[in-house]
Amino acid sequence: MKIKILGPGCANCARLEQRTQEAISELGVEADFEKVTDPAEIASYGIMRTPGLVVDDRVLVSGRVPSTREIGELLQKA
Amino acid sequence: MSVQVAPAHPGLRRWGGLGLAALAWFVLYRVNLPFWDWLIYDVFGLDPDSALGSSLHFFGYDLVKIGLLLVGIIFVVTVLRSFMSIERTRALLGGRREGVGNVMAAGLGVITPFCSCSAVPAFIGFVSAGIPIGVTMSFLIASPLVNEIAIGLLLGMFGIGPTLLYVAAGLSIAIIAGWVLGRLHAERWVEPFVFETRLRGEIVDSTAGLTWDDRIAMGREEVATILRKIWPYLLVGIGLGAVIHGWVPTDFFTTYANADNPLGVVVAVGIGVPLYSNAAGVMPLVQSLYGAGLPMGTLLAFMMSVVALSLPEMILLRRVLKPQLIAAFIAVVATGIVAVGYTFNLVLA
Repeated sequence: MKIKILGPGCANCARLEQRTQEAISELGVEADFEKVTDPAEIASYGIMRTPGLVVDDRVLVSGRVPSTREIGELLQKA
Repeated sequence: MSVQVAPAHPGLRRWGGLGLAALAWFVLYRVNLPFWDWLIYDVFGLDPDSALGSSLHFFGYDLVKIGLLLVGIIFVVTVLRSFMSIERTRALLGGRREGVGNVMAAGLGVITPFCSCSAVPAFIGFVSAGIPIGVTMSFLIASPLVNEIAIGLLLGMFGIGPTLLYVAAGLSIAIIAGWVLGRLHAERWVEPFVFETRLRGEIVDSTAGLTWDDRIAMGREEVATILRKIWPYLLVGIGLGAVIHGWVPTDFFTTYANADNPLGVVVAVGIGVPLYSNAAGVMPLVQSLYGAGLPMGTLLAFMMSVVALSLPEMILLRRVLKPQLIAAFIAVVATGIVAVGYTFNLVLA
């Protein structure tokens, strides 16, 4: 699983990353994390409101920080 | 908007909890003034007319009052705005011409959930969807300038008149500034890569499919996030207010910064532009300065210059805008704010 956290490094981006890490360790799957801070690349995913969560090049979340449980559910579906 | 039908029990817990919280909020708001009267004047035995007594009373009462207003306003606004999204705003603005587009963009800038840390992806998203630069700029100016938290605080602290003036002024600045930037053919000052950005994949609406529980959780988290960010500003603002309240003679400011002072507004904006805080952080200071006799126009200009023009946002926007456009942006908005300050001082005098 390739996970990208999109955002310029604001508080919400850090929280999204932390919760995604938690969800990943609860699910017990392998994942590569990558932080994307370049605005052009963020925009190219069609995201207009950070933070964004991209898994295997698909946008799962944009503009909000879901709960760890919701992230876990989204990751299982992905 | 899909609202999931929840089973009766969690629904009861959710709305019951929310109702209790609202009740606690109202009780605290009502007992705030009697409590500080009792504590400072009866228990401590301080004289209400003494500098120390009135300052301590001001500090305690204002801290609780502004804290409560912020918690209530941020929560309600966040929950309401979870029904709006920037993706929908962009769809509404698509294909609008300048003029009508500027007006709509400014209005949508007020109600769309948006943080200036997303200014760059939003800018690229708007421009690559064919929305004119001037219309995009109207949105980006209105969004921080006419801030819903500032609206709530102004309403709670100054009443409906100054609040309406603030909203009307902020919208006018955003509409006119965006239109002027469009007339200047600002697109030549946008970094070329913006026009070459291709969007891949499907677009995810950032607030689609949320349940009521999600929206309430978002509201709670937003309250915590904003308060954690601004509490030092609150303490400093209210602390300065308390000192002004107790020790600075009321005619001090009115002598040096009254509405007739031709430089008052320009100085206020000059001080405000390099300062950066959000509306919630700067409002307590504005209230104390108003109490000390500074004119409302000067104060609104000060507040607007603090929230609308910020160095961090300019540095972010530099990635997509050339220095000429950044300079034009600052010049047009600052001019608008100064004009608003003078107009209000004239109208309200």
